[in-house]
Amino acid sequence: MASDTHSASPPDYLHASKGIWSWLSTLDHKRIGIMYLFTTLGFFLIGGFFAILIRIEHLTPTKTIMEANMYNTVFTLHGAIMVFMFIIPNVPASFGNFLLPIMIGAKDVAFPRLNLISYYVLWAGAALAITSIVVGGVDTGWTFYTPYSIRTGTAVTLMALGVFVMGFSSIFTGLNFIATVHKMRAPGMTFHKMPLFVWSTYATAIIQVVATPVIGITVALLVMERVFHIGFFDPKLGGDPILFQHFFWFYSHPAVYIMIVPGMGIISELVTAFSKKTIFGYKPVAYSSLAIAFASFIVWGHHMFVSGQSYLASMLFSVATIIIGVPTAIKIINWTVTMYKGHVSWKTPMLYAMSFIFMFSIGGLTGLFLIALSVDVHLHDTYFVVAHFHYVMMGGTVMAMLGGLHYWWPKMFGRMYPEKLAQFAATLVFIGFNTTFLPQFVLGFLGMPRRYYNYEPRYQPLHILSTVGSWIIASGLLLTFGYLLVSIWRGKKAPANPWGARGLEWTIPSPPPVENFIHDPVIFDPYPYGAEYDHKYPNLFPEEGSNV
Amino acid sequence: MLLWTALTFPLPQASTMAPKTDLLYNFIYWFSVVSLALTTAAMLWFAWKYREGHNKNPIPVIEGHPAFEWTVSIILSFFFVAIFIWGLIGFNEIYDTPQGAYEINVIGQQWMWTFQYANGQTSTNTLYVPRGRPIKLIMTSKDVIHDLFVPNFRLKQDVVPGMYTTLWFEAPQTGENQIFCAQYCGTSHSNMIGKVVVMEPDDFNMWLNGIDPGKMKPIELGKHLFTQRNCIACHTTGTAVPRSGGVHASHSGPALNGVFGKSVKFTDGTSLTADENYIRESIVNPAGKIVEGFSPIMPTYKGLLSEEEINYLVAYIKSLKE
Repeated sequence: MASDTHSASPPDYLHASKGIWSWLSTLDHKRIGIMYLFTTLGFFLIGGFFAILIRIEHLTPTKTIMEANMYNTVFTLHGAIMVFMFIIPNVPASFGNFLLPIMIGAKDVAFPRLNLISYYVLWAGAALAITSIVVGGVDTGWTFYTPYSIRTGTAVTLMALGVFVMGFSSIFTGLNFIATVHKMRAPGMTFHKMPLFVWSTYATAIIQVVATPVIGITVALLVMERVFHIGFFDPKLGGDPILFQHFFWFYSHPAVYIMIVPGMGIISELVTAFSKKTIFGYKPVAYSSLAIAFASFIVWGHHMFVSGQSYLASMLFSVATIIIGVPTAIKIINWTVTMYKGHVSWKTPMLYAMSFIFMFSIGGLTGLFLIALSVDVHLHDTYFVVAHFHYVMMGGTVMAMLGGLHYWWPKMFGRMYPEKLAQFAATLVFIGFNTTFLPQFVLGFLGMPRRYYNYEPRYQPLHILSTVGSWIIASGLLLTFGYLLVSIWRGKKAPANPWGARGLEWTIPSPPPVENFIHDPVIFDPYPYGAEYDHKYPNLFPEEGSNV
Repeated sequence: MLLWTALTFPLPQASTMAPKTDLLYNFIYWFSVVSLALTTAAMLWFAWKYREGHNKNPIPVIEGHPAFEWTVSIILSFFFVAIFIWGLIGFNEIYDTPQGAYEINVIGQQWMWTFQYANGQTSTNTLYVPRGRPIKLIMTSKDVIHDLFVPNFRLKQDVVPGMYTTLWFEAPQTGENQIFCAQYCGTSHSNMIGKVVVMEPDDFNMWLNGIDPGKMKPIELGKHLFTQRNCIACHTTGTAVPRSGGVHASHSGPALNGVFGKSVKFTDGTSLTADENYIRESIVNPAGKIVEGFSPIMPTYKGLLSEEEINYLVAYIKSLKE
């Protein structure tokens, strides 16, 4: 095939220009996506390192490896790095950047320069955050609750400024994606033909643009109170500490959906591609992303049932939260039913998708305990909440991210990862994750409060189990990152469509050329799997394993 | 899964609210187990039965089934609304303090609890209450947000500076129940532990009216205060004294056995010989002189102890031999 067609095709985006500067100054959405990917995965490793330290400390009920103040700093940095520097930018900015333009048949995002700026703004914010770590760290928890965060002597001001600046990166990316989806779609690509990953990225972008300014304002007020002693939140200065919690969660609850909704989009792609079957319920899945995005703005008070907010407020926030359960459950059911009568492959991305369905279900169902007001009074601020959050964020988003990483890896780098090794690593991560976090539900019910340096000796066996689990996760993840890196140089060359998948990104070479499409893209119905579509779109998709 | 249920039962139900909360907890638990089992079984069954290479049938195009989606949504909504209403009923009960409840003031501060009774009696870290009577806690904080959490009661409430929050409970049996601080409050957050001692009403009244100081020597009274005021949480005295709360905490303050009459070195490089004035200053103004190797984390007891009580503590610390 084709040495002659090959010579005629334009160079791929990885080799189009050379040198570090060509990357640092690139306007290509794919290169920016790859830079985001490595940056955020780097932060993921740092955050994970802190997680391992926390788990080692809990091997014994009192001091194991560090003092109380060090422990408080370590869990704060784990949370702050994972939330603000890994999970918020990771999927939208790296996968979104790489895939969104290709999936709608565009050459690039609407504002390529803004795209590059948003990457450097993330670094500017990260630099402030890292400086705060270097000068001694922060000990407030990632939630910065006042008045503790105003009175503590640690580097809260720098970290808060870091969060403020990183927020702009998120807003720029969101704006760019909204404009791209509205203005850059190829002729024929209607909203109802867009892949579900695009729908979910679009829903996420709306939250990023609307909610992020609120955290910016909140941390700005916090900094003003710390530096100029203007009383917003500290009762000593005439402020109201609960006001901070309202402001904080008004952003940070929607932010939870910034973290999970793009992951849901990835799962829709994986389940269809590895079942070779069209999505069951395209519109319910697409619109449930938007429904979740909008509903996410009216539920923040469910973090505050025991804070002293009014009874009426707690009641309304509880009922609003329950509404979100329905579209979420619908998504899970639709992914499962999509597999029915398909040709289901057990390749690594699908293993991660199935892990996601199982663990995200646990994450969602344990949410029911927490919205039931009387039960939440008992479980609030215990390890039950920690476990619930990790089942959603790690069992959900991180599984989706790892599945997507393996699925699109051949497209990103033109190389295959080692399948057997990857399946083994995925199994390790699955076992390790459940060993780490299932015991934490039990600890929470038994009353173990979160953010405790010392704990009662009766909790020790469950803590040890949890710690051993964290080592299994770590070995699975290090193995994964190891073979992925090696595969960039040593991996088997990837064909255009290694999975026989049907999306626009699989109709172009791996890795894609600079402007994505050599010819104008032909637009088709979403997920055209099955005999009827074979007939409708003959020869549109490269055969499984063949080249363009 | 079964392990999980088995493990969730050893938590005592020590308040009138606890069994009600557990009933809803168990309902949600079994609803979740059944939902998860159905979803997972369907997923694994499809993944196995229709696995690639095994399923030779052509792939059908099934674009959805609105009736199925609606049926599932309606059934789920029914369960979700039921859980919401059930939770709200319980919350209502937690919120509505009965008329005539016995009132106790609670002050949270880094890192201890003070309980004040109507007759002027106070207690540190141990909340004494009579059995079988509704108790209303009226709580506030001196510094940052704390949270009074009693797992055996299934109850907690944030304790916020600058305002009062309340929490009521009724304990049907006598016994001890741990108190945790559940809202992160800094260095010794995890040592901010106390207990609720539920007593027979007669015993409670005896306690409330206080031990008789006339019958005890100052050193004994000092030793009693040392435990009651939770000095023991941070300072070792060389003798094994069980600590309220039961945690064998790492000792974050200097050891006190044999300190009297010895030379003490401070973080600012100065030193002095420990006398009565030094011990007194360390109690009422602990940040004034910090012993080398320690952090300034001790709260001040200024205004919390009477002159007599300070004398008892000084007498007790003087009596401690190396």
